[in-house]
Amino acid sequence: MASSKQNIEALIKRDYQAGFVTDVEQESLPPGLNEDVVRALSAKKNEPAFMLAWRLQAYRHWLTMTEPKWAHVRYAPVDYQAISYYSAPKSKKDAPKSLDEVDPKLLETYEKLGIPLKERELLAGVAVDAVFDSVSVATTFKDKLAAMGIIFCSFSEAVHNHPELVQKYLGTVVPYTDNFFATLNSAVFSDGSFVYVPKGVRCPMELSTYFRINASKTGQFERTLIIADEGATVSYLEGCTAPMRDENQLHAAVVELVALKGATIKYSTVQNWYPGDVEGRGGIYNFVTKRGACRGDSAKISWTQVETGSAITWKYPSVLLEGDNSVGEFYSVALANNRQQADTGTKMIHIGKNTRSTIVSKGISAGRGQNAYRGLVKVLKGAENARNYTQCDSLLMGDKCGAHTFPYIEVKNPTAKVEHEATTSRIGDDQLFYLQQRGLSAEDAVSMIVNGFCKEVFKELPMEFAVEAQKLLGVSLEGAVG
Amino acid sequence: MLSIKNLQASVEGKPILKGIDLEVKAGEVHAIMGPNGSGKSTLANVLAGRDGYEVTGGSVTYQGKDLLALKPEERAREGVFLAFQYPVEVPGVSNIYLLKAALNAIRKHRGLSELDAMDFLTLVRERLKLVEMKEEFLYRAVNEGFSGGEKKRNEILQMAILEPALALLDETDSGLDIDALKIVANGVNALRSPERAMIVVTHYQRLLNYIVPDRVHVLAHGKIVKSGDKSLALELEKQGYAWVTEDAPRASA
Repeated sequence: MASSKQNIEALIKRDYQAGFVTDVEQESLPPGLNEDVVRALSAKKNEPAFMLAWRLQAYRHWLTMTEPKWAHVRYAPVDYQAISYYSAPKSKKDAPKSLDEVDPKLLETYEKLGIPLKERELLAGVAVDAVFDSVSVATTFKDKLAAMGIIFCSFSEAVHNHPELVQKYLGTVVPYTDNFFATLNSAVFSDGSFVYVPKGVRCPMELSTYFRINASKTGQFERTLIIADEGATVSYLEGCTAPMRDENQLHAAVVELVALKGATIKYSTVQNWYPGDVEGRGGIYNFVTKRGACRGDSAKISWTQVETGSAITWKYPSVLLEGDNSVGEFYSVALANNRQQADTGTKMIHIGKNTRSTIVSKGISAGRGQNAYRGLVKVLKGAENARNYTQCDSLLMGDKCGAHTFPYIEVKNPTAKVEHEATTSRIGDDQLFYLQQRGLSAEDAVSMIVNGFCKEVFKELPMEFAVEAQKLLGVSLEGAVG
Repeated sequence: MLSIKNLQASVEGKPILKGIDLEVKAGEVHAIMGPNGSGKSTLANVLAGRDGYEVTGGSVTYQGKDLLALKPEERAREGVFLAFQYPVEVPGVSNIYLLKAALNAIRKHRGLSELDAMDFLTLVRERLKLVEMKEEFLYRAVNEGFSGGEKKRNEILQMAILEPALALLDETDSGLDIDALKIVANGVNALRSPERAMIVVTHYQRLLNYIVPDRVHVLAHGKIVKSGDKSLALELEKQGYAWVTEDAPRASA
């Protein structure tokens, strides 16, 4: 009889399934960062003057900053001069105008990843903006959305076609001075997605972006800006993968969400960047700044994230609850297996009256993974009757991993109610045996237990992505009981 | 159906079972009785394949197969069911989800197609009646926040749905009040059939008033020291375990 422990060991060692490399000719800037690189980047993208000015401002500010060290993660220093800040598949001079013009090899890549890029596969109702290294390859369903006044395009296109919207909102939630990585991103971001949903419009489908880092020694610095005008509703999903490489790759993205009066933005992430091998070689450094502002009364922003990849994750999707009665939510599953390190959580800043926030964080640690929850709940003086509920659960698999919780609570208004609950548990042999005795394989048993643990978060994901997230978690995790 | 020959097993290096011989035919209900620490639960766990129970000698043949060579889930799919003494909680996983996953794993193993949602629900509703459980039970997380009686009834519900060929009931009566005991026993009795064998492990004779066994075996110090029909259980009730454990040598024949 094979012991369940052996099964589990074998399961943890499953390979990264998105680790293929696509052989496409790349056009890159040489490695290194200085003002000329920033200018060249902006010129390549043929940007208007305001964008270049903004980038240069950010770059100059970045030079005065130092890399933050407070996170519960350890890594060798990043050499910012060794990274190429722009990499694009070399194809036709102009960006492809339709899917027919897209390099078949790129389409193949997306097919391998299971992204429904082709229109005919899109009848399920997912509009995808796919970002491959630094440029946006194709945006589907654009016309249908445009008919409703919804703008869904790459950031570069938005800069050209809707400069007034970009200028009005860019940097208003995450200013270029915000933090080391966000500032770097502001200087060198290459592309990303842009969404604008006009007043009173309910976006009829999930909008989706898929990011993939393909070229070696490149950084991916994408920038996403989503604006939901008064009374508008939009649900957005981002997914990410990268090939397996020995060196670490940097991903420093910025996402800004703006929800005006009565608007709702739901932002879901399934992140499966290459996590490095069992020894911790390679993998993505995922240093991301995500923040939303509820800028009007009764606005709502909800973050849901399933983080199974990356060597290091440093990410705190936050909500600024500015409008009265606005609502912020954060639902998170973060997995750290092998040598992965995750320091993730959220910030809920209560500014308006009767603002409410909910935080549900599920951390899973396996192998030698280190998982930290870091959350800030801040209630400002004017935030009468603010409410926060935080639930922070950790699941440990094996005895070499770690779970850490760093909750920060700052309350300046006596009418606030802030609740914090935290639990730590372990997958037990008795649970595994119980499920196996009912006919489930060890893999399925572990998967079932973990999915049960994450249920409160998964139910927040759009249906089809919930299924994907469950599978992903199964693949990334399976095993790890000691 | 089940043939146990000279079975020996240790837990953490300590010998617990010291040569068990037992033959169980389809349709029979055998009761295993014995004082605390005699190895009753160990026997049930060894048959189900639990980790940490090391078989050090002997053999177990189940439906012509070497049972001990199979993984726990393979045994389950082959029709061995263990009703746990302490059913385990699985937070966030609904009862019905587990039931469906388990039934389909077993059906797949037998070359059957998965039951569709309607047929499955019909089956589950019908079996719920056996253990007098409400449908809301199905949507609660597995055993989480269940009372002792609910947990044991849930075990019998699983058994009723998975329809095992060999059911091992490990102290299913422990922690039950008389009403819950009757419900559980009725459920078990409804599942008695000429194709199904059951091994009922219990400390007390009380359960056997409701689940009447064909054979009763007394386990002491890791061996079966006395076997008989249902009257043996009554005799034990009257005289206590000392009666059999003390004249163990004579009874082994």
